[in-house]
Amino acid sequence: MKSLEELKKIREESLKKINLRKDRGEGTRIVVGMATCGISAGARPVLMSLLEEADKRNLGDVQVTQTGCIGVCRLEPIFEVYKPGEEKVTYVNMTPEKARKVMAEHIVNGNVVTEYTIGAAE
Amino acid sequence: MNIYRSHVLICGGTGCTSSKSDKLQEKFEKLLVEKELDKEVKVVRTGCFGLCEAGPIIIVYPEGSFYSQVKIDDVEEIIEEHLLKGRIVKRLLFKDAIVEDIVKSVDEVDFYKKQKRIALKNCGVINPEDIDEYIALDGYLALGKALTEMTPEEVIETVKDSGLRGRGGGGFPTGLKWGFTAKAEGNQKYVLCNADEGDPGAFMDRSILEGDPHSVIEAMALAGYAIGSNQGYVYIRAEYPIAVERLQIAINQAREKGLLGKNIFGSDFDFDMEIRLGAGAFVCGEETALIASIEGERGMPRNKPPYPANKGLWQKPTLINNVETYANVAQIILHGADWFKEMGTEKSPGTKVFALGGKINNTGLIEIPMGTTLREVIYEVGGGIPNGKKFKAVQTGGPSGGCITSESLDTPIDFDSLTSIGSMMGSGGMIVMDEDDCMVDIARFFLDFTVEESCGKCPPCRIGTKRMLEILEKITSGKGEPEDLDRLERLAENIKVSSLCGLGQTAPNPVLSTLKHFRHEYEAHVNEKRCPFPHLRINSI
Ligand SMILES: Cc1cc2nc3c(=O)[nH]c(=O)nc-3n(C[C@H](O)[C@H](O)[C@H](O)COP(=O)(O)O)c2cc1C
Repeated sequence: MKSLEELKKIREESLKKINLRKDRGEGTRIVVGMATCGISAGARPVLMSLLEEADKRNLGDVQVTQTGCIGVCRLEPIFEVYKPGEEKVTYVNMTPEKARKVMAEHIVNGNVVTEYTIGAAE
Repeated sequence: MNIYRSHVLICGGTGCTSSKSDKLQEKFEKLLVEKELDKEVKVVRTGCFGLCEAGPIIIVYPEGSFYSQVKIDDVEEIIEEHLLKGRIVKRLLFKDAIVEDIVKSVDEVDFYKKQKRIALKNCGVINPEDIDEYIALDGYLALGKALTEMTPEEVIETVKDSGLRGRGGGGFPTGLKWGFTAKAEGNQKYVLCNADEGDPGAFMDRSILEGDPHSVIEAMALAGYAIGSNQGYVYIRAEYPIAVERLQIAINQAREKGLLGKNIFGSDFDFDMEIRLGAGAFVCGEETALIASIEGERGMPRNKPPYPANKGLWQKPTLINNVETYANVAQIILHGADWFKEMGTEKSPGTKVFALGGKINNTGLIEIPMGTTLREVIYEVGGGIPNGKKFKAVQTGGPSGGCITSESLDTPIDFDSLTSIGSMMGSGGMIVMDEDDCMVDIARFFLDFTVEESCGKCPPCRIGTKRMLEILEKITSGKGEPEDLDRLERLAENIKVSSLCGLGQTAPNPVLSTLKHFRHEYEAHVNEKRCPFPHLRINSI
């Protein structure tokens, strides 16, 4: 170890690995429906793309987690976004590409991608 | 780097390992591969979570779901339901983690609510065999800060100002000791860590070394910088194989990263350390006996002064601190003395780790701010006495301490208040007794231990404690006479004032304190010629 900078670099890299275990306080939560219906409709690649995107963009306070059946199986894959102080937004018929777009526009920039929401699909 | 959506933390402390948590880990890893989830879910083996009673313990993140007493056959269900479908397996949750069907995460459970974790900060959070996880949570930042921004004097001043006192039992101000050793004349100095931990029922130091070994390594390097030493030794009993192994792995990883060795952080400070194994004699925890043992001599104490600060290992100035004392140091350097002083009481700042055992619901390892009352520890953190029994007494300070009765339950825990009620802080063993326990037998148990562990160097301890034990055994077997109680008391007072080291000086305490608070139980044995409590002798706790 030659310098404090070197240590801080390792710290930053490693923090990503264990962020999941820390209190995230009031961060954003993305919950992916991962019951049989979700999985067979392709929820796993969606979940993975969300994780990759969160990692790439260093979104340490975003928690990606999964739940059972959200209830509208015909619209799977579904995920829900809970931002502190805002109404829950439900995205439906998701694909990895759409998920990445939601990450960029909604999670990072704060603009709901209305065309993908359950309201638009109904 | 692989990103995982979920982490499964499996307790790898000694308690959970003995209830087969290593087999659980194997099963998880095997099934995750079979179900092709091994790229999404990471399995991590950590140190002790503290609630040993409920082991083996598994915590699943990000939810923080707290599973207890998990069996091999439950693994499949956790994977199928929780990790695959996101449905928490409620039937396996720790009983306090689900109240009226509402699931609480691990940090919301009552057991942890009154706790404050500094020495145990990383225990049960990181993988102790991965230095990067320690670094992620600010590890080695204090060492880096000290070596690049602080003088050795400033390090000592900070420790002094924090008011940190030795957690090995004596409560001596740590900063003062560092100052003495820094000032002592000598070209070679040593930094020692006392990980002997011999009190029956105590496992604080073991758990720190098993769960977060780098916190001790970092603090010893800080101490080396502060006092001008380049060599450290950790004296640890061979009876702690998991701790020894993880500490050695940690030392190796620190060396690989250049956090031990030459020119650490590009400074001209060199420091390295080694492990020295003890054979597990209680007396070797006494600092001069410990030093003799490292030198290859028979582990026996000597008179002080000279103190180790002036004449220690190989007659050189030596700093010796306890594991838990060290585990506080990096945090103090990082956050400052004032941060530390905000916790605890004025004369005993910070926290203390206790090993809760005996008749208590939540047997395990806890860390609480000093000043917490015994009642809070026993009834809130500890969850009270099992089977609706009545509390009778709690023993602190192990074989050197005394019992505390229900009248004193509202005493705030700190070094001085525990001494003032006739017990002592000790190193952190806390054994709870209920109405069925015979206090004479408890005293006999501890004395039996000290007789066994007396090194034999000085007669008051060698012969005196043996005679006391004989009288006690006479009483417990129903052959005691009324005069025996006075004899016991006289002998005890003599041993206290005439023994060479702390072992003998404190050995009579369990007898004296039970005689003081429960004399009627001794009298009942003598008068009725039998033990009034219908139960078995305790041979181990
Ligand atoms: C019989 C006896 C046993 C002891 N055992 C231990 C022990 O296991 N661990 C420990 O840290 N200190 C033990 N001590 C206290 C040490 O002598 C010494 O005071 C301590 O290691 C200093 O560290 P500290 O100031 O950080 O507490 C023992 C003392 C006596 C008299």
